[in-house]
Amino acid sequence: MIVLQVVSLALVASGAVAVVLVRDLARQALVNALYGLALAVLFLVLQAPDVALSEVVVGAIAVPLVLLAAIRRVGRRT
Amino acid sequence: MSARARLALFAAGAVGLAALLAWGFSGLADFGHYPGPYGDVLNRVAVRQRHVTSVVAATVFDYRGFDTLGEEFILFASAAGVALLLREARERDAVLRDPVADRTVRAVGLLLVGPAVLLGLYVVAFGYLSPGGGFQGGVLLAAGLVLVWAAGSYRAYSRVSPMTVVDLAEGLAAAAFPALGLALLASGGAFLENVLPLGTRGSLLSGGTIPLLNWTAAITVTAAVTLIVAEFLEELAVPLRRPTR
Repeated sequence: MIVLQVVSLALVASGAVAVVLVRDLARQALVNALYGLALAVLFLVLQAPDVALSEVVVGAIAVPLVLLAAIRRVGRRT
Repeated sequence: MSARARLALFAAGAVGLAALLAWGFSGLADFGHYPGPYGDVLNRVAVRQRHVTSVVAATVFDYRGFDTLGEEFILFASAAGVALLLREARERDAVLRDPVADRTVRAVGLLLVGPAVLLGLYVVAFGYLSPGGGFQGGVLLAAGLVLVWAAGSYRAYSRVSPMTVVDLAEGLAAAAFPALGLALLASGGAFLENVLPLGTRGSLLSGGTIPLLNWTAAITVTAAVTLIVAEFLEELAVPLRRPTR
């Protein structure tokens, strides 16, 4: 395992924990988007650019968008 | 249940899960060592057999095209489900709450619409030559349209993505994939068999049916994501009916 792989794995692990720890729903959706970005970096480092692209568009664009709209609609309750 | 009993239950569960994980991980191949023959075989033969330079695209739209068909219909079903649930619960002639974004957001958003759509088209068009493809490019195209909402208003967004066009594109593109497969089956070939001329390696005109299926997937995904997002954005613009008790 090279240093870059260790760093991106650590980023993914801390990102996942961060998503669980955030209490405010809207912030959680944004942290979740950042977590998707960290996953995409990991896939890129592991030489899977196709999967990285899918992860970026789904994890950092599509899911946060739908989540934020739903949270806004339901009201910011935690 | 008391706090102590809960903790004991959690501890027992955590120990069991840890043991199971350790047992499972010990049987896995080492990090970076791929054990199966399938990927190695495809890496060796795909470029020669299909004339596309992205083995992933050759796998997704040719060797395992049948799996992609299933995935397309998962997306189709979820888009149809969202539309069915949300359209039903909405008032028809409600007044739109449609605030226009402030000037900075509008300027930045408008600047980004063109590049985002162009990037999406590029990712789709070159999907079988370099990393990318119909799925990724499709979501990017839908995201480019959403920028119209962010930079303008819901009204502007629904003008660039008229629901009849989106619904029609979604259904037709989703149907085109199996239709192509069935047409090949009817003409005596195998389902989704690659019968078209394979073209020049590394050019846009290569891969036989791969570009066709790639663009079909791109339209399906663009329409499905646009449909889902549009329903959610309309939820923000149209006030909900008060629940009757």
